[in-house]
Amino acid sequence: MRTYIIKRLLLFIPTIIFVSMALFAILRILPGDVAAVIIQAGDPEVTITEEERLRVTEQLGLDKPIYVQYFDWIWGVLRFDMGDSFLLNRPVIEFVKNQVPVTLQVAFFSAILVSIVSIPIGVLAAVYQDRWPDYFLRGFAIVGLAMPSFFIALLTVLILSRYFHWLPPFGFVHMWENPWVSFQQLIFPALAIGFHSSGTMMRMTRAQMLEVMRDDYIRTARAKGLAERTVIIKHALRNALLPVVTLFGFQVAFLLGGTVVIEIIFAIPGMGQQLIEATLLRDFPIVQTYVLYIAIIAMTVNLLVDLTYAWLDPRIQYS
Amino acid sequence: MAQSVEVIADVRPSRGFLQRTASRSWSFTRRKPLGAVGLVIVFLFVVVALTADFIAPFPPTEIHRRNPVEAPLTVHEATGKTFWFGTDQLGRDVFSRTLVGSRVSLYVGIVTMLVAATGGLILGVSSAYIGGKFDLFIQRVVDGIIAMPTLILALALVAALGQSINNVILAIVIVQIPRITRVIRSAALSIKEIPYVEAARSIGATDVRVMLRHVAPNTMAPLLIVASSAIGSIIITESTLSFLGLGVDPETLTWGALVSGDARQYFAGAPWMLLGPGIAISLVVFGMNMYGDALRDVLDPKLRGR
Repeated sequence: MRTYIIKRLLLFIPTIIFVSMALFAILRILPGDVAAVIIQAGDPEVTITEEERLRVTEQLGLDKPIYVQYFDWIWGVLRFDMGDSFLLNRPVIEFVKNQVPVTLQVAFFSAILVSIVSIPIGVLAAVYQDRWPDYFLRGFAIVGLAMPSFFIALLTVLILSRYFHWLPPFGFVHMWENPWVSFQQLIFPALAIGFHSSGTMMRMTRAQMLEVMRDDYIRTARAKGLAERTVIIKHALRNALLPVVTLFGFQVAFLLGGTVVIEIIFAIPGMGQQLIEATLLRDFPIVQTYVLYIAIIAMTVNLLVDLTYAWLDPRIQYS
Repeated sequence: MAQSVEVIADVRPSRGFLQRTASRSWSFTRRKPLGAVGLVIVFLFVVVALTADFIAPFPPTEIHRRNPVEAPLTVHEATGKTFWFGTDQLGRDVFSRTLVGSRVSLYVGIVTMLVAATGGLILGVSSAYIGGKFDLFIQRVVDGIIAMPTLILALALVAALGQSINNVILAIVIVQIPRITRVIRSAALSIKEIPYVEAARSIGATDVRVMLRHVAPNTMAPLLIVASSAIGSIIITESTLSFLGLGVDPETLTWGALVSGDARQYFAGAPWMLLGPGIAISLVVFGMNMYGDALRDVLDPKLRGR
């Protein structure tokens, strides 16, 4: 177990280095003149003078060899010095410090919501296989899968304001400052982001439960006279949950991506608003730093999930 | 051996392509009615996209100055035609805009899927077949890209490439290829071990020939499954990018663009502006997912009967 954890941690570092290289390469090697894109800022009518191009190229450090650029950037990231934002002339780290906790809070809240909703309904659907609760819950999951999260969010805002004449308190209050206001602010974004993921997780839970319920030890458990509830929760669910946990790790990456969109609609001052604004204005230092941080967070969650796996299933030896 | 093959050929006389397709579709419909419904929905959307210019009641950019933010089913006085989904803040017909918007959304969905599937097939098969350092390298790239949330990566790519329809396609292709590669590689790894591959090699077939004629065709079932489920997520990614104002250039009509920007301010008073395009996206993705699910059940024997 201990060797597994150490191995897994050692593997984590090269993967992050690789992701950072891939990200850097993608943003730099792809066709398209970054300097021109920055100067024009989305407006192709703007003419680019040679002088301006040189200035931007130098400011970005694009005149240096690509590996020097990469090491400059990574060295900065390691020292929490990602340079200054092009357009706002403030260090990127200031934005990161303020916004990362906000986005994490939203994503964390939706992750909790997803698990407390999707796992029980997945189990219910499996228990009532091919009867109406199953059809209803599966329909619910499929609808969730088909709707883009921004559409769900807009519908939520619409229904709340039109039929309930109420909107969640504007802005963002930290959970420990005012839990009730914070809950009101987080619940709807979390619902909008989580609806899609719940569909995926619910289907996985159902499929796994159906498979496990056919196993011999379930028959044994029933035969020795255990209550059906005990059979389902203690014997079936525990074993069915393993692949669901893995899927959950992947869903966290998705939830983080979803948060970025939903923050715009609910005016939550997290990474999302900043990232999208920076993308629109071609503020590259912010874009590449934020994407790297999001990737690191997603990979960390995956690592934690893998470790949880070892704890959930003692059979796994991880040699 | 040759004799028994002939006997089988006698028992089942060859039928025309149309007949064969028809009977196969019928048996698919009977076994997976929901999958068939999904396919019909997608087919209808493709027809709408192809004929949008003819069936749209109004030109999508025509501004009816006297009818800004008109409710659904209002009749246009001058022509007597109905605004089925109402009009937007500038008095443009939302129904016509939704119909025409399907064109770019579906085009991006289908082209991206085809390119990503081809790329994933080539990379997956060669990665599994060649193996060694090449495989190791490809798999690290795949792991690295999959670790990043799809939307965030697509966002960064569009930022680097600039906004245009081809760049959006390229960005989503880069996001999707690793996912398809991973599935194809694992399928190809097991196919590689089947004796007919060894047989082909032992009679002197080149590696390229073995990959093209023996390994690749046998990965078609998993490829169909991942590709059909990829379309839904491609369409959602494209519409989300457009919604954020980062998709194809803002002048182009797509479903995501219809509910973004200025339009968002009018939702509370004019919800129909949001519902038409939003439901269109959901319906086509729903259809594609249903079809993909049914296809998976039919093609993947391990999951059959679930």
